Amino acid sequence: METVIKVENLTRRFGEFTAVDHINFEVHAGEVVGYLGPNGSGKTTTIRMLLGLLKPSDGGATVLGYDVATQSEDVRARVGYMSQKFAIYDDLTTLENLTFYGGVYGITDKARIQHTLELVGLKGHESTLTKDMSTGWRQRLSLGIALVHEPKLLFLDEPTSGVDPTARRAFWDLIYELAEGGVTILVTTHYMDEAEYCERVGVMRDGKLLAMDTPTALKKSIITGDVWEVYANPLERGLEILSALEGVERVGLAGDYLRVISQRVGKEAMQSLLEGSGIRVEKIEKGEPTLEDVFLSLAR
Amino acid sequence: MTDYLVNATNLKKTFGATHAVDDISLHVREGEIYGLVGSDGAGKTTTMRLLVGALLPDAGEITVCGYDVRRQIEQVRSQVGYLSQRFSMYEDLTVLENIRFFAEVRGLSQTEWLPRSMEILEFVGLANFKDRHAGQLSGGMKQKLGLASALVTRPRLLLLDEPTTGVDPVTRQDFWQLVIKLVSQHEKVDTETGRQVDISTTQTRHAPRATQQSKVSVIISTPYMDEASRCHRVGFVKTGKIIAEDTPSNLRARLNGRVLELRGDPINVLRHVAHQDEDVEDVAAFGDKLHVRAREGKSELILSRLPDEIKSAGGNLIDLRVIPPALEDVFIALSER
Repeated sequence: METVIKVENLTRRFGEFTAVDHINFEVHAGEVVGYLGPNGSGKTTTIRMLLGLLKPSDGGATVLGYDVATQSEDVRARVGYMSQKFAIYDDLTTLENLTFYGGVYGITDKARIQHTLELVGLKGHESTLTKDMSTGWRQRLSLGIALVHEPKLLFLDEPTSGVDPTARRAFWDLIYELAEGGVTILVTTHYMDEAEYCERVGVMRDGKLLAMDTPTALKKSIITGDVWEVYANPLERGLEILSALEGVERVGLAGDYLRVISQRVGKEAMQSLLEGSGIRVEKIEKGEPTLEDVFLSLAR
Repeated sequence: MTDYLVNATNLKKTFGATHAVDDISLHVREGEIYGLVGSDGAGKTTTMRLLVGALLPDAGEITVCGYDVRRQIEQVRSQVGYLSQRFSMYEDLTVLENIRFFAEVRGLSQTEWLPRSMEILEFVGLANFKDRHAGQLSGGMKQKLGLASALVTRPRLLLLDEPTTGVDPVTRQDFWQLVIKLVSQHEKVDTETGRQVDISTTQTRHAPRATQQSKVSVIISTPYMDEASRCHRVGFVKTGKIIAEDTPSNLRARLNGRVLELRGDPINVLRHVAHQDEDVEDVAAFGDKLHVRAREGKSELILSRLPDEIKSAGGNLIDLRVIPPALEDVFIALSER
């Protein structure tokens, strides 16, 4: 498999602070990889280094075979970047925006621009003013702008922030189509809804890459205990009691029940302990581990 | 309907040719977390603004805590805390000064605001940062300050408009723990004014009045299903209408048995085969697997037929099974109608 991104001991310090700390990973052609982490964990710094916008303090990376430190212009000419806060000109039409940004990359071929419009499903909306479009459509346009120079690698920074599941799914169908065509995609996101769509997911914390694997494998390897959904009343008292119980890894409030992750403490033990403390237990059900559980386990 | 804190019936609001809110009815109980779930422009924010009286409806009736939003707007506002998407704070004021500002704007007296502010800062975990300038807070802390400011008047109804957009999962988890704690607490309510009161101040400043137990209600808007699933009840909003409303588990149950997980390779072959099956309503890729939605009552047929179809198309099947439907599956199925 062709390696598109190769990161070796990539490190970036800002004064005393190490934003990215000796991370290693590889991404192959046509892969869709998610990149998760709390604010300040080093996600954006990593992307900026991969785009050649920021020099590594130590280690390095190649993107599409080019060294990000010494060949950053070759990198940038071949990758697409869709940022959450991307500037679309509100008073321009769809076509005018695409033509403008195509020009930035030296693309003047009208057929290419038409093809990009079609690809992102905006054909027929050429003369719609951008300010009149919904968030979902604007996101498609942003994607089109990132794709107009036919990059082999696409960086997406929280691409579907604020769009509903229908628009999100349409967007991801498009992403998979691109991946089928050989484009490699790296996505940063805060939302598990989105992370679930990725083939592999990396989790960062304090500048370190803690894990990178398929969602299924991450759930299996990181959440080694059982997940329980405990319906009890009063809920807060139940939270206190179960949090203090040895062998319970994590308890959280999840709406009208408690979500418990536990290696050793089973259903009966929880039930009798809660009831012994005067708490009414409606039911305790087995739950499925989620990527959010994985994230919270790793991030704390 | 005395047990409902919010009663909104047949709300309509039009902006020019846009029906932003098109016949929405909403009833929220005491102690309930109600989620308005939909995309930007679906009508969530407009609905919230109607509920706080920031906008007047073209048609429909709203009462909040028994007060009519059209005629008793001041009383309504005294009961409501609102955290908007773009919460503004004074970055050059400290945390405590910011809260004081919001408290005074809402008419809290000198003797009331300080103990209440400290209690709230303790609750959201900002007590140790009370003297820090708001501009120097992290994103998560700013959000907690926003929540604290919305809570300083002890509202009985808290409206949160996409409070966690752009916030990381750890911070979001913390935020939700606070919201859920808030509604599971019983607070004393002054039966004359309806406002929640501090028992200690009541006893020193007035003769003790009759109080009753009451819980805070929360209405939260979000486009994300992982948030929706934490609400007690959810309304899916699309083009100004609520297209479905129920508890997350009841909503999921609508597709029980109809969502299949398909794993194997090459994934493209699997996808094309599944798409071509006439009893398949929808196929969605989820990283290394596919979710296949079966038409009503057709799951068994698909389970027995698909393995052969995949084989003859040259694909390799690893796993095909019925899985519990996710809220997202339900939202998409309902949106297609």
